[in-house]
Amino acid sequence: MHSITLNGQVYELDVPDDMPLLWAIRDVLGFTGTKFGCGISQCGACTMHLEGMPIRSCSTPVSAATGKNVTTIEGIGDDPVGRQVQKAWVDVGVAQCGYCQCGQVMSATALLQRIPKPDDEAIEGFMSGNICRCGTYNRIKTAIHQAASKLEEE
Amino acid sequence: MKPSYRNFNLTNQTLDRRDFIKGVGATGALILAANWTWAQEEERKYGGEGMPGGTVEDPKVFVRINEDGTVAITCARSEMGQGIRTSLALVVADELEADWDLCRVEQAFGDQDLYGNQDTDGSRSMRHWFMPMRRCGAAARAILEQAAADQWKVAVSEVRASRHKVVHQKSGREIGYGELAESAAKTPVPSDEAIKLKSPEDFRYIGQEQTLNIDGMDMISGRATYGADLRFDDMHFAVVARPPVFGSVVESFDSSEALKVNGVVKVIEIEGKKAPSEFHPLGGIAVVATNTWAAIKGREALKIQWSASENDGYDSTTYRQAMEKAAQNPGKLIRNVGDVDQALAQAESKFSATYYMPHIAHAPMEPPAAIALFKDGFLEIWAPSQAPQVTRQRVAERVGLPLEKTRVNVTLLGGGFGRKSKPDFVIEAAELAQQFPGRAIQVQWTREDDIHHDYLHTVSAERLEAGFDAEGNATSWLHRSVAPTILGIFAPDQVHQAGFELGMGFNNAPFDIPNMRMENPGIPVHVRVGWFRSVSNIPRAFAVQSFISELADEAGEDHKEFYLKLLGKNRQIDPREMTDDWNHGENPKLYPVDTGRLRKVVDTATREAGWGKKLPKGRGMGLAAHYSFVTYVAAVLEVEVLDGGTLIIHNANMAVDCGPQINPDRIRSQMEGSCVMGIGLATTGEISFAGGKAQQSNFHDYQVPRIPLAPKKIAIHLVDPGKGVELGGVGEPGVPPVAPALCNAIFAATGKRIRELPIRDQLG
Ligand code: FES
Ligand code: FES
Repeated sequence: MHSITLNGQVYELDVPDDMPLLWAIRDVLGFTGTKFGCGISQCGACTMHLEGMPIRSCSTPVSAATGKNVTTIEGIGDDPVGRQVQKAWVDVGVAQCGYCQCGQVMSATALLQRIPKPDDEAIEGFMSGNICRCGTYNRIKTAIHQAASKLEEE
Repeated sequence: MKPSYRNFNLTNQTLDRRDFIKGVGATGALILAANWTWAQEEERKYGGEGMPGGTVEDPKVFVRINEDGTVAITCARSEMGQGIRTSLALVVADELEADWDLCRVEQAFGDQDLYGNQDTDGSRSMRHWFMPMRRCGAAARAILEQAAADQWKVAVSEVRASRHKVVHQKSGREIGYGELAESAAKTPVPSDEAIKLKSPEDFRYIGQEQTLNIDGMDMISGRATYGADLRFDDMHFAVVARPPVFGSVVESFDSSEALKVNGVVKVIEIEGKKAPSEFHPLGGIAVVATNTWAAIKGREALKIQWSASENDGYDSTTYRQAMEKAAQNPGKLIRNVGDVDQALAQAESKFSATYYMPHIAHAPMEPPAAIALFKDGFLEIWAPSQAPQVTRQRVAERVGLPLEKTRVNVTLLGGGFGRKSKPDFVIEAAELAQQFPGRAIQVQWTREDDIHHDYLHTVSAERLEAGFDAEGNATSWLHRSVAPTILGIFAPDQVHQAGFELGMGFNNAPFDIPNMRMENPGIPVHVRVGWFRSVSNIPRAFAVQSFISELADEAGEDHKEFYLKLLGKNRQIDPREMTDDWNHGENPKLYPVDTGRLRKVVDTATREAGWGKKLPKGRGMGLAAHYSFVTYVAAVLEVEVLDGGTLIIHNANMAVDCGPQINPDRIRSQMEGSCVMGIGLATTGEISFAGGKAQQSNFHDYQVPRIPLAPKKIAIHLVDPGKGVELGGVGEPGVPPVAPALCNAIFAATGKRIRELPIRDQLG
């Protein structure tokens, strides 16, 4: 039995230790905001925060999250940085199909939590683990800059 | 058990008009496949009317006024990132004089008789549905005006709908749409003459600069519903082991170890179909479990004996040699103007080159996935489908249910790019669901499944030869195109390309050259080849636009001037004169190939890019232009190649003439995405085969662009199409010019000519 705190709520998970967090949360708990894209830490679609650290949940076993705090896209709007990132994403019209965007928002939030005013190079470095097949990269950059400015104003 | 489901945020149409449905319609894709020989001119229909099911503009099908004042607009095209749920709804809302904030979008299920054609492909949604949706919105507005006039007992000519209410100016009375909902529902649809379209200067949403996305917030908060996102009580999850080589089948299998995996419920064989396998599943062994992880683990524990296949020998190296050899020799004659042989024999100078482009995989971020529930003899499906009506028809046929016992709901698509026009993955879910009555079954493809079992973009060798007279004028053009055809999934022994493949930048090359010949030498098909965003336009643009750059370089002329000279005087060419009877399905009289519009996008893109300006050492600019999906696009890329071969793309300027621009922001976003996708297929896109098996499996070896490879700046320039021009496509025409513009820029920067994609380590 694994007990994890997901977006502030405690859940008991009766699953094998090695089940990736992604599947435990999507299939067993039924929160499907986090997406599956590759299963091998290549695409970032499954990005969650584990104790505030961005992780690839497709490759993180449930056992690594036992007794810990997990934030998913469903909860990121409660974070002031996450909320500003979401707002910027809508303003700039980043999303095309949107499938990668939950992961992008989770990574971008983690970036701004660490580097409040990233330059293009820092954005490219931090965000290069998140693939967008629709090719929204330029708007992602614009939106991150916008969120950073708004957060600075706050 | 009463299944309840959660997470379904995409409101589906609930209107059920099955009672009124005419006979069971036939099928999108087969008709499409049969279309390479067109019907006689007099019976030929074009545009939306030429599609199976045609168009529908009945406001009672697409619009519902709710008593709370909201307006529900139905979208019958699939959302896959192009923004169509927003853009079509904006068109209806504008004509309806509705306030966007009070509009909701409902997603149609697959039903061609009710909604008309639903094939979300071919860059056709706005092109074919702009006018029907305008008329639909205008008719709904007329209904509301009539309802208000009836209520006030005044002439309808005295009332006017404006901004979500109807106003009677004389008396100063006004009434909101919500209050009219009930009476409007009983008001008949007005006659055609009573429907008045708004005048374009009164548009509030159509053609306006606005950044809107009806699903925008849902998409970034985890609320949006994609193919794998519904959750039912006690649902099961399945993955399928499919044949490693196309055409191979299960000879025997042992499921005993798989069944021991914690969570695995059942192992079931799915039948494949011998080629041509159309949209049928590949067949294989499904592992059904209580969660996806258990299903994946179970599949790893399967022992399967696969049969030999006639495609075991498919090998990309030898196949390429065969294609290039075929391109050296005459093939099926497609277009012939003047006498190319004689002109080449007399030419002062000649030049030839062959360009190769491998298979590529769509790899939408969302791998194929679908959910099916078979309950009380009724099969309901939720799937990210580009063609829900075709899916419904194929599913019904395959599981042996009448059409009216099936329903295909459309979720959001996490990218489609043509992959999700083919319902093989949905049929898998349907078949499994039949074995678990009352229980929802989700089929999940892993990324490896997706890469190994895609309906791949074709592989191609394009050979070009041109001859020039003493003054440097082009006198001859010989183009041979060799590529396995999409027809291979529909019919046996197909070696030549279909009209819809030829008409993608091959026979319809609009150059002013007196002697031209196009040939299509045959080559057999060994895999499932399908439509990939922009289809055959990609290798054609790569070959033709690279070749022209090479010719300009040979002649010592500026590439842009040289290209415009080849285009010749501004003229409108009937595509049929170039043997292109297909013309992207559009009426050749309304949609001639217009070299003036092509010239204009070239002028715009080069001007905006600062074509000809001096660049720092190691940098170069490259141009390419292409006409496809009845839209004109030119791209200029500015690149830098560092020592060691690292590529930096500094600027991309793309000029687009897609006719009237309905939702400019989404046109730009499609072009930005096309630019990145074009860069990806040019730099790293390749699926290769050895021993009949795809050699790549996931994003580590099938690489797609990441953020550092995107151009540092992308500027999209929307060109004024001028008056009287019809709508063009948007989703696809941006892709083709990108790869050649990139390769031409690399040549300008380094002197290195790329004739083979992907570029990968050719710069190192
Ligand atoms: S699904 Fe986890 S990184 Fe791709
Ligand atoms: S928006 Fe479609 S994959 Fe990123």
